[in-house]
Parts: sequence; structure tokens; C-alpha cells
Amino acid sequence: MSSDPLMQVQNLTVDYVTEDGIARAVNDVSFDIAKGEAFGLAGESGCGKSTVAFALARLTRLPGLVSGGQITFDGEDVLALTGQNLQNYRWNKVSFVFQSAMNALNPVIPVSEQILDVIEAHKAGDAAFSRARAIEMFELVGIHPDRLDDYPHQFSGGMRQRICIAIALCLQPKLIIMDEPTTALDVVVQRDIIDQINELKNQFGFSILFITHDLGLMIEFCDRIGVMYSGELVEVNDAKTIFTAPQHPYTIALGKSFPPLSGPRVRLEGIRGAPPSPMNLPTGCSFQPRCAKAIDVCATKPANLEAQSDGGLARCHLLNP
Amino acid sequence: MPSAEPIIELKNITKDFALGGMFFNKTLLRAISGVSLKLHTGRALSLVGESGSGKSTIARLIARVYALTEGEITFHNRPIAAMKRQELAEYRSDVQMIFQDPFGSLNPVHSIGYHLVRPLTLHNRGLSREDVKQKAYEMLEQVGLSPAADFIDRKPHELSGGQRQRVAIARALCANPKVLLADEPTSMLDVSVRLGILNLLADLKDKHGLSTLYITHDIATARYFSEDIAVMYAGHLVESGPSEAITSTPRHPYTQLLIRSVPNPAREDDPTSQRRATDIPLWTPKSIGCPFVSRCPLATDICRQTMPKETPIAAGHNVRCHHV
Repeated sequence: MSSDPLMQVQNLTVDYVTEDGIARAVNDVSFDIAKGEAFGLAGESGCGKSTVAFALARLTRLPGLVSGGQITFDGEDVLALTGQNLQNYRWNKVSFVFQSAMNALNPVIPVSEQILDVIEAHKAGDAAFSRARAIEMFELVGIHPDRLDDYPHQFSGGMRQRICIAIALCLQPKLIIMDEPTTALDVVVQRDIIDQINELKNQFGFSILFITHDLGLMIEFCDRIGVMYSGELVEVNDAKTIFTAPQHPYTIALGKSFPPLSGPRVRLEGIRGAPPSPMNLPTGCSFQPRCAKAIDVCATKPANLEAQSDGGLARCHLLNP
Repeated sequence: MPSAEPIIELKNITKDFALGGMFFNKTLLRAISGVSLKLHTGRALSLVGESGSGKSTIARLIARVYALTEGEITFHNRPIAAMKRQELAEYRSDVQMIFQDPFGSLNPVHSIGYHLVRPLTLHNRGLSREDVKQKAYEMLEQVGLSPAADFIDRKPHELSGGQRQRVAIARALCANPKVLLADEPTSMLDVSVRLGILNLLADLKDKHGLSTLYITHDIATARYFSEDIAVMYAGHLVESGPSEAITSTPRHPYTQLLIRSVPNPAREDDPTSQRRATDIPLWTPKSIGCPFVSRCPLATDICRQTMPKETPIAAGHNVRCHHV
């Protein structure tokens, strides 16, 4: 565990209330993010990783409901924030970059207004100051300030994503939540943006919560990684160990789901079956129906997330007998 | 390299799209510029490139969704543009497409069985109703949806993404095709089920001797799945050859950039790119030179003037670059 946590998430539980009952999207998730650290949440679609991000940003809306747990940011209880304090928390302290850069910007107003809006809403200062700040941000992410008054459709997908990063950076937050920031982009553009985020992170020392399904990218980019499966953390460890010596059968199988670019061409199997629906979770360990190593106890008793000898955490009966 | 003659051959094909304007001020976009490719029986060819590079346009030209602007596509040495009526109907059953989005490519109001019975009756006239039903069961079993009786009466929304894509593959197989055009068949699916679909396509390719065109932006799965890779940039074919050669010793600067950009935790060196990515240029019939020139670290004057010819550098490995 990190020594100097910026954000602490304890036993976070998020439910979606539906006509057919309650779907538990996030179940008892705990982790913390240290100052200057990039923490990753990996997992397939529907595993709850974005729901965690939304809860951290206090953006959970009905039918979603944070039904348990605690989020602490710099000593503040995030779930109890209201009014001015909540506004101060968003963007000033924690900002967001979402997946769909194409849709995150309003198409009918120039991007300059959208940046100025964020600066003016959250920081006192005159118009000239805000404009200067916006120009500075554009230069920081490598877009010529002359284009500040252009409309979103005049930029390519990669540039729009960079503008979203500029908006996230303009109030110098301590934490940036990035939910699949490069998924809709081509690999060359993705590499470019990841390099740039890395540079900015080294320069300003902010922390990042990085969310993606691409385990390879995450291992390259993050310091520590939590792997989620059907709403639960199944393994947490530093990125290097997740790559070289993953413990949980799901992490191992997920790692083998991405064909390598070098080495021998061998047949890989992926993972049989499909992720379970949160409305209809299997008994015992939720990965057990797809697990190649499942034993009898897996089908009857849920596994607990326990400390491992390599310093990480894992949720598996085979590892924690 | 296979010596047998190709089943489908693209001969110097070009495709223009009208972007707007009329008559004399019509703006044309050249989506495909002088591409030549061969598809062989029982082999898979991957088309790799970023979005907008023309990969899907090639599949649609082969499927005759679009008409060619210049050049020729032949099927068993017969130009597909000349096909009419019966011959065209046969071509359309011989060449089947699998689309990216299994959520959009199946009709939500029809059962899985209906999706298979339709092509079975259309492409195999004269089969009895019982035979058709029997064949539909076989098709489902063949794509790993077994027992078929559990799936045949279900609606698409009751299946997961991976299962739906299997139905789409079964539907393509119903026409008894010789060529499969798979346009990003796994990019909408959960990461854990992608390999299952690729393995299924590989098994079917071997079992039926299918010639497969696999379109993807992910060069790692291209290497995993196909024998040959062709790399596209702004409508041009820039490098093609055996998958292993393309991924282990890429020669074109764009292929090198592409491979360096792929996340690879095993890589020791620092992959930081030297220059910021710019956009793919908008290519028109009037554009000259190499399309990659604005991003290329090797670019010189000649690159701005002419597009290099295809140069063989090893068995079956061709590169279009002045500096190779």
C-alpha cells in the first residue's frame, strides 16, 4: 500500500435500481491513489470500472446509487460534499477526461468558450486572465493557440481528445480521472497522447486514475493496477507484477487475451463463456463458471480479497485456501 | 508464398468519392489509389491501417457494394464488374461479409433461426423445409453455439456480443462461400471473447479452405490470425508481405511507426515518438507524391514529387518507399 494516499476509496458499493431488482455494479471496492501515482482499473465492459470513476467524480445519477462505502480525498469526505464545496472539489481538485472526445465537446460553440467556461466557473479572475490561461493550456497540449476559437468539428479526434485534456488540466487539479481516454483513437495517435500525458504528469505531479480494457497499455502507463471482474476487485498489484507474475486466474487469462507482436505464434484461447449479468451473478466466486482452474469450493463460497506474499491482493480460493 | 493462382485479384484499383459540388467544381476524394492485392484459397490476408485509410472501402469494392473508378477486380480471372444476373448471384453467395457490429447486423425482431433459414433458402434453391432446418442446426453447431436447439428460437437481444457475432458468421457460412470478408469482426466485442471469434474464423478457414480478408486496426491480431499482412495509408498500399516479416522486420517508415505505437509491456527501449502525429492527408485525384511525407522522418524532395513504385525486398515482401 502506498504511504501517502491522495484519494482513499473504502468498501465502495454502487447499485443500479431497475424494474427487475437491484443490480450491484460495484461491490465492496477499496483502493487508494498516492500523490503523483498513476493507478489503473482494468477489466472488460460491464465490470464496473466506469461506475467507480463516476462515483469518485460524484456523478452517479439515478438509477445509480452509491449505497455504501467511503471516499476520502485529501482528508475530505467526498460523498458528504455539497454546494460550494462540491463545486470546489470538481475541476479544482479532481478533473475528468472521458472516452468519447467526439461528443464531450459542444459542437455549436467554439472550444475557447468551453475552456473559458470551466476556468470562469471555478476560479475568480478577469476575462483576460482566463483567456491567457486557455492559450497556455493549448500550447501545453501542442495545439496552436490560433485555433482557440475554432469549433470542435474543425479538429480531428486526437486533437479533440487533447482539448479535453487541456480542459482537465487548466485548473491544475491534483487528480485526473481518465476513462478510456484513447480507446476511440488510432494506435499512433494513442501513443502520442499517452506520451504527452506522461510528460505533463512528470511536469505537474498530478495523480491519475486510468481506466481501460487494454491491459497492455495500462501496464505500460500505470504504476499500480487493480483488475476488476463483475463489480469486484480480483487482484491489485504493481504494474510490473501484473505483467510478469499475475496471480488471479482472471488476470492470467486476460493477459493471454492479447496476442503478442513478437515471439512464437501459438494458439491462444481467450476466456470461454461471457461475463455474467449483474442481475444474475453465479454463486460462489463470480469468475468460477469461466475459470479453467475452478475447484468445488469456488461454486459455493465467495472468495475474499487477501494479501499475497508478493505484496499484492488477490481474490481466489486457490491462492487463499 | 502460394504459387497457385489467386481466387480474387485486385489489379491497380482506384476509387473516388464525390465530396460535394457539381459539374466543374466537383470535389473528389481518392479513397483508394492504385492498390493491387491477391487473395488465395485457404489463406488469410489482413488489411491493416488507421481509420480512414481505405480498408473497409476495399472490402466493399470486392463485395460490389461500390463500383470501381479505375482498375479491375477479378474472381477466378473473371472481372466482377462484368457479372450479371445468374453469375452475379453466384458471386454474391461465394463472397460473404461479416460486419463489425453484431448488435446492428442482426434484426432484433427475428429469431436466430430466421437469420439462418433466409440465406439457406435463398442460396440453396430446392432444399426441402426439413433439410433447411437441419442445415441451420448444423451451422449453429459449427460456430460453437451448441446445443443448437437452445439458440435457434432465441432473439438477438438474448445473446451476448460474442454469441451474436457467431450467429453472423453462421449466417455468412449458410451461403457456402469461398471468400469471407471480415470487417473488424472483433473490435466491438469484450476483450476476453475476441480470441474465441478469431480462432473460430481460423478453424473455418482451414476446414472449408476459405480465403479470408481480415480488416483490422490491430496489427497484433493481424499477425496472430493471418498468413499475410497488407498495410494501408491514406488509400495507398505501402507495405505487404508475410505476417512474420511485416511485424518483425517492417521496412516502410509508416509500418515501423505503427508497430512502435502498439502498447507492448515487454518492450525494453523507450518508444517515445520523435514527432507529433499529424492527420492523414486528404487525398484527391490531383495529389502527388507519397501520402506519408508529412509524418515521415526520411522524407526528401523526391517523396514530395512522386509516389514510389512497389519494390520487392524479400520473397513476397513488397515496400513502396524511395528510401528502402
